[in-house]
Amino acid sequence: MPLAAAGIITLFTLHFKTISSFISIGAILAGFVLTIVFISANGWQPAAGQGYGGQPVPAGESICQWLSADGLNIDFGIKLDPLSLMMMLIVTGVGGAIHVYSRGYMADDTGMSRFFAELSLFTFSMLGIVMANNFIEMFIFWELVGVSSYLLIGFWFEKPSAGDAAKKAFIVNRLGDFGFLLGILMIWQWLGTLNFSGLQGPEALGPYATIAGLLIFCGAVGKSAQFPLHVWLPDAMEGPTPVSALIHAATMVAAGVYMLCRIFIVLNPPALEVVAYIGGFTALLAAVIAVQQNDIKRIIAYSTLSQLGYMVMSVGLNGRTPAMFHLTTHAFFKALLFLSAGSVIIGLHHEQDIWKMGGLKRKMPITFWTFLVGGLALSAIWPFSGFYSKDSILGNALARHDFEGSLLFAVGVFVAALTTFYIFRLFFVVFCGKEKSETASHAHESPIVMTGPLVILAIFAFVGGLIGVEGVYNRIFMPHPGGLETSASFASELFGPFARSPLASGLGTLAFIIGLGCAYALYAKADKDPLPEKLGGLATAMKNKFYFDEIYEATFVRAHDFIAAVCDGIDRWVVEGFCIGSIRGGADLTGRALRFLQTGNLQTYAFLFVIGVAVALYVILK
Amino acid sequence: MDLQNILFYVFSALTLGCGVLVIANPFSRNPVTSAMFLVLTIISMAGLFVLLHAFFLAAVQILVYAGAVIVLFLFVIMLLDLKAEALRRVRIYGLVAGVVSVGAILSIFLKSLGSTLFSTESPPAPEGGPAELGKLLFTNYVLPFEVVSVLLLVAMIGVILLSKRNLD
Amino acid sequence: MQIGLEQYLTVSFLLFALGLLGVVMRRNLMVIYMSLEMMLNAANLALVAFSRFNDKLDGQVVVFFIITVAAAEVAVGLALIVALYRRHRSAHVEDLTSLKF
Repeated sequence: MPLAAAGIITLFTLHFKTISSFISIGAILAGFVLTIVFISANGWQPAAGQGYGGQPVPAGESICQWLSADGLNIDFGIKLDPLSLMMMLIVTGVGGAIHVYSRGYMADDTGMSRFFAELSLFTFSMLGIVMANNFIEMFIFWELVGVSSYLLIGFWFEKPSAGDAAKKAFIVNRLGDFGFLLGILMIWQWLGTLNFSGLQGPEALGPYATIAGLLIFCGAVGKSAQFPLHVWLPDAMEGPTPVSALIHAATMVAAGVYMLCRIFIVLNPPALEVVAYIGGFTALLAAVIAVQQNDIKRIIAYSTLSQLGYMVMSVGLNGRTPAMFHLTTHAFFKALLFLSAGSVIIGLHHEQDIWKMGGLKRKMPITFWTFLVGGLALSAIWPFSGFYSKDSILGNALARHDFEGSLLFAVGVFVAALTTFYIFRLFFVVFCGKEKSETASHAHESPIVMTGPLVILAIFAFVGGLIGVEGVYNRIFMPHPGGLETSASFASELFGPFARSPLASGLGTLAFIIGLGCAYALYAKADKDPLPEKLGGLATAMKNKFYFDEIYEATFVRAHDFIAAVCDGIDRWVVEGFCIGSIRGGADLTGRALRFLQTGNLQTYAFLFVIGVAVALYVILK
Repeated sequence: MDLQNILFYVFSALTLGCGVLVIANPFSRNPVTSAMFLVLTIISMAGLFVLLHAFFLAAVQILVYAGAVIVLFLFVIMLLDLKAEALRRVRIYGLVAGVVSVGAILSIFLKSLGSTLFSTESPPAPEGGPAELGKLLFTNYVLPFEVVSVLLLVAMIGVILLSKRNLD
Repeated sequence: MQIGLEQYLTVSFLLFALGLLGVVMRRNLMVIYMSLEMMLNAANLALVAFSRFNDKLDGQVVVFFIITVAAAEVAVGLALIVALYRRHRSAHVEDLTSLKF
């Protein structure tokens, strides 16, 4: 349905802003409603008799045969199992909220219809990824999502930085997708099928299981912005804030994690280790960089990176449930944070530097409260939803009782502390204290069409941990009867984590307190950032994102430019100069030579005549 | 030695010698001298024809070629008052071209000679008198005969047209 | 030595070669034309020799025709040369350059 919306908007209503927005919003909300209806009609795990989901040749899966070459059968199908249904809920739900929000955010932008068309396209692609039932289909939609994100990031294409950011996002994504494609090919080679239902364990993959798994992971690395392909995410903040919310908080980056959960079976322990370490490292790196950023959206962007690192790390530690759980809650509170930030930005007329804000608590109360809720959820303090999910991850890490788990647990805790630190740095600087600039004093609250979704998301961020989301995921991934059921009483669920793994939750809470304390101490009344003096060079490095971009530029970009220049030289000199030139010169020379035959000299003609006759006779008499 | 052989050698020597002098007279480059030597060449060839028992043709050769054609040549030379060819420098190009062309024809000639068998005895040859020729001419070759007469007519008309000073 | 066909053909060939040399080497139009006639004569000789040694008279008939045609050709050619001379005031073959590129 969103595809239809995108099509209609692009073709017909490009000039009518209001209608376009309504079409787009209507489409996605309809999708949301349909999903809910479907779930309530069929339950989370549709019965086997119905023929969806897990059967060998499920009726609901193969819609049509798309490509049939020898040995390669690709069907187009829809997979509707609990995992995809959950994702659909997230996409349509959070996406719907963001759509409504955008109506307010983009109210005075001339390209609003185009924006909504691209939003609908993006939603369509995202839903496609979630509903795909084989690798190729997923890859197609994967790329579509990349394209839509390129369009959306570069939405304000008059700004050169936006265009560059869009290109960067797409190219970095493509790098990851290249690895992804190689992985898909390897899987097909060894397993003979590309359907998700046909995936088997790593034993079937033979000696290359690790590599295949890692290659597929490359796709997730690119899409979910793990190290070393993380450089596109912060620059993607060039797009409008709703875009950042939708793409980077809730959906696109989560697609990587979703994919990992889907193909989890093919990852063998060495691959999983790599996954976990990369995830952990990303989380740490992003958090450290975020401490010193000054643009409100970039801080949130780096926090996204960090949380994604958490999710990936969790998958690597064999904990799919916590990963997906955290994905869900992260969708809520990150979207909330982004949208609140957007509200702030709009209120201050597109100002994004936090050191120019301040004292907004009085001016924008709703935004203040929603942002507070989001920040608390992000910092994973009880009883907010983030607490439950992050705690699950940490608890899972600890429960493994091996070196890897413990190391990553420690990293996780440290990053939690940093997370609290930077988010509350942001909070204090922006909302408390006195106004730091002119625009801050003129701020005003945002219209209801923007604050409405904020409030809805805030509610979910608050209670997300408690509504049994974890239960659903548990049932997907650990279908043994001894698994976690929905608890009998609300209270036991509320305090559940403390009971299950007291060390993890205790340390998590401690980290929160430490972070909050530091942030308060440093920033509550600060006028400018005190950290650079204290930390000196490290702070500068953090601010400059550890010079990752510069390193990439110096190596990859330069190498690529060099190769391009060589190719250009070859094309110009060898192909054009040599080959074409020789043909041209040859034709020219031949023409000149033949010109001398037309001498007009009688005797030359006679001579040539004789020669001709002689040759003819020679041939005849042979 | 056979008289015929001697006569053959004499006549062929004459023919070739005069032929050389037609084209490359070291004493004079006047076209008139070339014409004179051409006449001598033709007469020697008539002798050769007689040796080959082609009497009628020998007579026709002298009458038509030496009598009419050469006279025509001389007539035009005198009409145009052509002087001796001024001695421009001998171009290498012409020399080389000539040698090459002759070489080409020579190779053809030798090739064809080498690949045919000749019988050494000469069969009794028919005498080439006018009666025999006429018999053949008016039976087998009547069509070419008529065509040639038309050709002569055409040639005459062409000549008249070409030599008009200004066409109306 | 018995005079056979080869000897006559050799003579014919030599005469032809001489004519060819004249055509290619001399610059005077009239001399060129005369050499052309010499080449025709050489052909005549060859034909008569063949006719004699093959016991047929057809060769001589053909020679008859050739002589006729040669006469006509000479007439037309000379008319052309006269016209050319009137145009260019020269009988030198290098002055005829209208066909040059």
